Amino acid sequence: MNRIAENFFDLEVMAKYLPSIIDGVWVTIHLAVLIVLSGLALGFVLAVVRAFQIRPVNWLIVLVVDVFRALPPIVIMIVFYFALPFVGISMSGFVVAWLSLTLVLASFAEEIFWTGILSVDRGQWEAARSTGLGFLQTLRDVVLPQAVRLTIPPLTNRTIVITKSTAIASVVAVQEILTQASAAQAFSANTTPLTMAAIAYLVIFFPLVVLSRWVESRFGWKR
Amino acid sequence: MEALIYNFFNLEILLKVHPLLLKGLWMTLQLCLLVVPLGIAGGLMVAVAYSFHVRWLNWLLIAYVDFFRSFPPLVLLILVFYGLPFIGVEVPSLVAVLIAFLLNTASYYGEIFRAGIESIGRGQREAARSTGLTGLQTMVYVVLPQAVRNVLPDLISNTLEVIKFTALASVVALPELLRMGRVAQGLTYNPTPLIAVALVYLALLWPIVRLLSRLERRTMAKR
Repeated sequence: MNRIAENFFDLEVMAKYLPSIIDGVWVTIHLAVLIVLSGLALGFVLAVVRAFQIRPVNWLIVLVVDVFRALPPIVIMIVFYFALPFVGISMSGFVVAWLSLTLVLASFAEEIFWTGILSVDRGQWEAARSTGLGFLQTLRDVVLPQAVRLTIPPLTNRTIVITKSTAIASVVAVQEILTQASAAQAFSANTTPLTMAAIAYLVIFFPLVVLSRWVESRFGWKR
Repeated sequence: MEALIYNFFNLEILLKVHPLLLKGLWMTLQLCLLVVPLGIAGGLMVAVAYSFHVRWLNWLLIAYVDFFRSFPPLVLLILVFYGLPFIGVEVPSLVAVLIAFLLNTASYYGEIFRAGIESIGRGQREAARSTGLTGLQTMVYVVLPQAVRNVLPDLISNTLEVIKFTALASVVALPELLRMGRVAQGLTYNPTPLIAVALVYLALLWPIVRLLSRLERRTMAKR
């Protein structure tokens, strides 16, 4: 028991490395907020573009979306960070992490929005169009309001999973929580900083997970 | 164009390192064959335990599930991998990976199975029990087959995520596909192996992504 306290909850180590863990927390939050904003926005735009049903454009969207849903985020980041510089495209670790996870979130979000749009009955499109609404008006005023409501629970869950993946940014040298904790662990030869990282993630994400439960019961479909 | 082919699609390099990559692929497949069934078994246990509706037990189970849903799997992996030796438990890296992934995936699978079991009306259980089936038989022959069908898209989607998680094991030097790709890149100083790794993941996972899109659309249409 003592051994656990010494190696996982050493107060001295905690006090010493708290500032760097907090630095990491800000980087993680900064990165996560950027990813959520750009990922959801891009996903939404792609789904709306797909609603226009222009064949070649849709194929392209499906292709990109499929690729970024199929590849593990860590593989995407490593390819962006370690392979792209060979063909002259160099990005900082932060940009790589932001771009990779934005593309991943956008892909999942597009698929979720698109499923939402499809779930609105065809008859509603036809009815709206026959009252004289244009295509865009129908999409904006009739279809999307219903579609978006339906997408809230899966989007919340997916967004949490992907923002958690910011921990992978430690692989491309972003100074986020896990990087800071691993460095502190190496310096102190003690696992306590990793415990602190775990607690930091818990503090950030536990409320979100609880929120997602509430969202699920509030907006979810009653089966 | 030439630089692109030389760096990303260099057949000579690929020929040289393909045994490494094949070894990595084999490890990844083994990892999946261990992690997925273990996670499903763990998740089923959580969900079935939940279905007895013992209040304190359910609080405990929800706490467990939400706790591990709040952790990035990579953080859990690093904590288990570097933490266990500190308390005197020396385990091979494969075992550390399995423990970390089991804790994570069982909570996700558990949540999905729980939703599935709850989607089956109480009346069915009562009817089954009154025909003389035991509680366990009711669960196995009546509730679970329907529950699994109801949440099949979520189950497949989570399995896709679990397979993608296995790439994280590269961070703790488990010689799976991504790790071997990085080793090969280091040996040849050419990123072709990384591109090859990405393509292998794509070949493995794209069919699942396609299947998922179709299944999701079908469930959505049914509602």
